[in-house]
Amino acid sequence: MVDMTALTALHASSAATARAKSRRRSEVRLKMYSILAIGLAALALVTLLSSVFMKAGGALTEHYVALPVDFASDKVNQDDPSDGNYGGLMKDTLKEAFPYAKGRKIRRQLYGLISSGASFELNDYAVDNPAVIGKTADFTFLLSDDADLYFKGFFGELEERAINGALTITGEVSEVGETVEITSTAEDFAGDLEILKARLLVEAKRVREDAARQENGRAVFAERAAAEADDKTREDMLASSEGYATQRDALIAKANNLELRGARPGGEEALSSETISLFIQANGGWIKATKLSPSKITGEVLVPLTSAEASDSRLLVMPTSEDSRKVTDNQVVWLEKLRNRDAVTSVFNWRFFSSGDSREAELAGVWGAMVGTFWTMIVTFFLAFPIGVMAAIYLEEFAPKNRFTNFVEANINNLAAVPSIVFGLLGLTIFVTGLEMEIWGTAFTIGGFAPRSAPIAGGMVLALMTLPTVIIASRAAIRAVPPSIRDAALGVGASKQQATFHHVLPLAMPGILTGSIIGMAQALGETAPLIMIGMVAFIVDIPQGVTDSASVLPVQIFRWSDFPERAFEAKTALTICVLLGFLLLMNVIAIILRKRFERRW
Amino acid sequence: MKDLDAIPGDTKITARNVDVYYGNNHAIKDVTVDIGDKAVTAFIGPSGCGKSTFLRCINRMNDTIDICKITGEIKVEGSDIYDPDVDPVQLRARVGMVFQKPNPFPKSIYDNIAYGPRIHGLASTKAELDEIVEYALSRAALWDEVKDRLTAPGTGLSGGQQQRLCIARAIATAPEVLLMDEPCSALDPIATAKVEELIDELRENYAIVIVTHSMQQAARISQRTAFFHLGNLVEQGKTDDVFMSPQDERTQNYITGRIG
Repeated sequence: MVDMTALTALHASSAATARAKSRRRSEVRLKMYSILAIGLAALALVTLLSSVFMKAGGALTEHYVALPVDFASDKVNQDDPSDGNYGGLMKDTLKEAFPYAKGRKIRRQLYGLISSGASFELNDYAVDNPAVIGKTADFTFLLSDDADLYFKGFFGELEERAINGALTITGEVSEVGETVEITSTAEDFAGDLEILKARLLVEAKRVREDAARQENGRAVFAERAAAEADDKTREDMLASSEGYATQRDALIAKANNLELRGARPGGEEALSSETISLFIQANGGWIKATKLSPSKITGEVLVPLTSAEASDSRLLVMPTSEDSRKVTDNQVVWLEKLRNRDAVTSVFNWRFFSSGDSREAELAGVWGAMVGTFWTMIVTFFLAFPIGVMAAIYLEEFAPKNRFTNFVEANINNLAAVPSIVFGLLGLTIFVTGLEMEIWGTAFTIGGFAPRSAPIAGGMVLALMTLPTVIIASRAAIRAVPPSIRDAALGVGASKQQATFHHVLPLAMPGILTGSIIGMAQALGETAPLIMIGMVAFIVDIPQGVTDSASVLPVQIFRWSDFPERAFEAKTALTICVLLGFLLLMNVIAIILRKRFERRW
Repeated sequence: MKDLDAIPGDTKITARNVDVYYGNNHAIKDVTVDIGDKAVTAFIGPSGCGKSTFLRCINRMNDTIDICKITGEIKVEGSDIYDPDVDPVQLRARVGMVFQKPNPFPKSIYDNIAYGPRIHGLASTKAELDEIVEYALSRAALWDEVKDRLTAPGTGLSGGQQQRLCIARAIATAPEVLLMDEPCSALDPIATAKVEELIDELRENYAIVIVTHSMQQAARISQRTAFFHLGNLVEQGKTDDVFMSPQDERTQNYITGRIG
């Protein structure tokens, strides 16, 4: 027999106190771990959001440049403004603004400053304002994506250097492309020469790494040649090995040269498109340095100077190399001239939210994808919601509890776990292509009614994907309605159907809506199945209905993230923000609906 | 309150050899009972004795339970309610039910009462419906308390008021029989007293069957009493007879508090 009185005394023993202490300690530890876990999760979220928001900021504005356009030009039909070569007029305008830009290559750079879409806007402007025809009027042209990025500082900013000595410019300064010399009484250019030399050393290091790779190639082929039995193959391999050795030697020689140049004090160094760019701005003109020594610059005239007078000149350095940025030195100079003229304006990027997709980054917008998303979600909702709710009602209220309903239930749960791309494959085969079958010699096609890339196809696929979520959420909501309500309804002589639709369903509605909207939010972010059914295509037009070709926001993000243009980086981030906004909106709607329909019982 | 001279009038419900099975569990064993019109019949007995199960057989509420199987014969007004031609929904309009826990719909007081008449087409105009609602609430002695706030939610009333609302809701479908499954078990003594008074008043129009755990309550309000024990109907008769001179030893033990 256990002596319970003796056991009671144990509650006051020191062992019990120690146990209590250790229990409290472990509780504190658990609390710390939980806080740590939440903190990590919050940190991850903040990092994600801030990186997206910071990148997206770049796409919120766009730059325009105002230039005088000669609408009296013969490029425009003076009687009918809609008839005209506005692309040509745009080029004429640029040529007029920069008359010294000559030569095909330079001209092409010049035309690259302005978006190709600007000519259509110019056309529209002329049609809308016929009063300008025959006159010269200012028009604000949309800048190209690269020019826009330059003003946003993506390619580095020009840095101005202090000039201590007196500068003298010698040479033909009024002609573009002429070589001129600029000398300083002080060693004004020594600092940039050092930067240049540091660059040479960095470059030398890179060349050496390249040489090491060539050596690696040589060694591999030499080894294989030694092990090769066949004479012919061995000779080929030895030849390859020789080739690598030659390249290696050339690279090593280049690296040696670079290191020598980088290490020696003073002297004259050539600037190239791989190093920094250095400009002298004086008397309305620009000179680009080609050679640099501590007190002398040899340069090329990019913009003619009105005189060789060197007072008032500025020394400007672009720290990024011409090769590493998408705007050439010429374009930098032109853009700076436009900026100095106050012709450049930055405005909020409404275009992004009101236009469809485009290959030109500066013209591309998300409106098409937003409308596509809207149509797709409409189809998804009107399929998944009624079917899902009806299925849930049947399973909860009417279905007999037998093996078959158990089987159906298990499979609904399994369906929720099926990867979305599988649904995409199903949608492609059944809805879009149609499944061709032959039974007893009769060939027929199942499905194949939905047009490719259309919201109707995408919506159906997403509805299939959302159905299990809707059914599971609806069943849980219906089950949560107290049985006393069903009893009450049946007790006054309501049929089962009346009890369900008059009493159970309204009470379950908040839960059903919340579950459905969460399912829809999931579908909203889905990319893979839509790619399968072809919604990844490049679609410029805004879809007008569920059968038009369309894209959706997540697919738009996926496509843009793959584009090489730098400008699409910010656009991708901003599209992500739009998608997040949509998700937030849907969750807010879910909360409002829940609050609205919520009733106590 | 109890009318000693009240003799059960005509027989309203007759049950013959009723057996109920929940799967393998034999819940009601060969019960035969008569329930009189315009009288209160009390079913008493210890927990799990089958009195509620039997009550729910009378308006076929057990139909909603898949594994429940019923044999025997129950007649209301002489017609078999388990006849395949009988629609349980119509039956439940004639045999109203009040549950153990007050369960008003999460709607307004008015809609709680009006729901039954609406689905059964008892009122063709709004005025008629209003009249029914007023009648039902008055019969349930609730009209004076709620007439100024008919649009307020039924769930906002106190427990006793909610139960009277449920009684009014049952009355509103114009039933012949009222089944009450421990209607006062969730109520305080004051609310219980009110509901008991109400049941006594309602007796003149309806056949009332009440399941109760309180023997005092059965003695106070019923004219006839049936004692159930382990699925058997042990004894039935006039309430006075059952309580004063029980024939069966089990009844004797139960009413004196020796089993229960």
